[in-house]
Amino acid sequence: MAFSARYLRRRLLNGFNLGVSVLATLFGLFWLGWLMWTLVSRGLQWIGPSLFTQSTPPPAAAGGGIANAIVGSLLITLVGVVVGTPIGILAATWLAEFGRHSRIAAVIRFVNDILLSAPSIVIGVFVYAVVVARFGHFSGWSGGLALSIIMLPVVLRTTEDMLILVPDQLREAAAALGAPQWRGVVTVVYRASLGGILTGVMLGIARISGETAPLLFTALNNQFWSSDMSRPMANLPVMIFQFAMSPYDNWQHLAWAAALLITLAILALSLIARILIRANAFVK
Amino acid sequence: MRSPGGKSVIENPKLSINQLNFYYGRFQALRDINMNIAERQVTAFIGPSGCGKSTLLRTLNRIYGLYPDQRATGAIMLDGRNILDRDQDLNYLRAKIGMVFQKPTPFPMSVFENIAFGVRLYERLSRMKMQERVEWALRKAALWEEVKDKLHQGGTRLSGGQQQRLCIARAIAVKPEILLLDEPASALDPLSTLKIEELIAELKTDYTIVIVTHNMQQAARVSDYTAFMYLGSLVEYADTSTLFTNPARKQTEDYITGRYG
Repeated sequence: MAFSARYLRRRLLNGFNLGVSVLATLFGLFWLGWLMWTLVSRGLQWIGPSLFTQSTPPPAAAGGGIANAIVGSLLITLVGVVVGTPIGILAATWLAEFGRHSRIAAVIRFVNDILLSAPSIVIGVFVYAVVVARFGHFSGWSGGLALSIIMLPVVLRTTEDMLILVPDQLREAAAALGAPQWRGVVTVVYRASLGGILTGVMLGIARISGETAPLLFTALNNQFWSSDMSRPMANLPVMIFQFAMSPYDNWQHLAWAAALLITLAILALSLIARILIRANAFVK
Repeated sequence: MRSPGGKSVIENPKLSINQLNFYYGRFQALRDINMNIAERQVTAFIGPSGCGKSTLLRTLNRIYGLYPDQRATGAIMLDGRNILDRDQDLNYLRAKIGMVFQKPTPFPMSVFENIAFGVRLYERLSRMKMQERVEWALRKAALWEEVKDKLHQGGTRLSGGQQQRLCIARAIAVKPEILLLDEPASALDPLSTLKIEELIAELKTDYTIVIVTHNMQQAARVSDYTAFMYLGSLVEYADTSTLFTNPARKQTEDYITGRYG
């Protein structure tokens, strides 16, 4: 059977496009692979028990770890998530379920998109001016606040997108049973979009856990162990920034170890999110 | 346009629709509808696509109210009250008038929870009583035998026909007085359709049923009264055998004999 010229052309074009797509994918994966390889080869050797038990050492000293930065990062991120997530989800719920077509919703969406693309250093400076300058010192709280401002638009946007994906028939079905709207939203719509909302929160956490600029202006750093949120607080991004730029070998080693650790943590977070979503049998 | 015999045939109606007009924004989708709906009978709305039959059904439980640009004028009397009144409690109304949609709409939760959801809105039942209610509703909907071992599996994992019967069970479980069915079998295979039709015949002993269908054979099989609608108006309304064997209007005859539609 003879193929027509048109068919052959289509096959060629298909092959070409497929090839380009594969190459583009490999190109993206190549850099990711290289990055991971660099982190592992430079950082893995410095990961040991003392990394998690000791605080950051003085320059050129032997030993030491990053326990204070790990705990600080966890605390600051926790504050960011605890403040940013509920506000983001509630605002998205209003936008998608209650005020979807109103003019003010359009304004809020626009403002949120601006916030979403605002450079994080601007947010850092803002919190510096509003909180840090007023209280006269850097603090863990102000760091958490800065991160929550960065997290909020991410959660808001993804949550709204996910809620809008839920078909109106489900809302009608809940209303048709005599359910008040809030009840339909909480028990039916949220459940139908749970996977998507969780993904949004995870994306937000991944985004803020690597943010450096806003923390430079807010939590700053602390060379010693501290869990007092009202004082300057060690955290991984600023610690990496400071140690990696230093001329001291032991600081540089700790920076590599911290970089690997933070990357692995974000990777683990993403994996856990995916497993959780898949385990939820009712999603899909 | 008047509906010949529409008001007079039915005494003691469950629902009485008077001078109903309906608008999607500026577009008028229903014009001066007058009809009575008989208690514990099956009433079918037929007509070509876009004739307003689904719109009419959606006024009966005011589900259109979810969309701000849709509105109705006129009166729909239920138990001596106009349900179109502004102060009508919509949630209470909808608990009394159940609805099943064209596409199955199981909630993203287990079979059991799908049914318990509606019941919990208006009744506080013990665990035992709730289990009894769920079983009762599933039996009524002829689904119990198929799902009794899957009560705690996701409702969305059932087949299409089973999902639709789950939705019927869910609507029945809150013990409404009226059931609105919006083309309930149009997305189903013939066997599931047959089951739904048998179910309708059984349910009418307890419920007033209004069904929208684009399938005239289905209307002829399941309903006691049939309303033929065209371009937003009620053209003819009569008991089903009269409408199909001896239609009073030419338009109706043309439609049911397949000359247009």
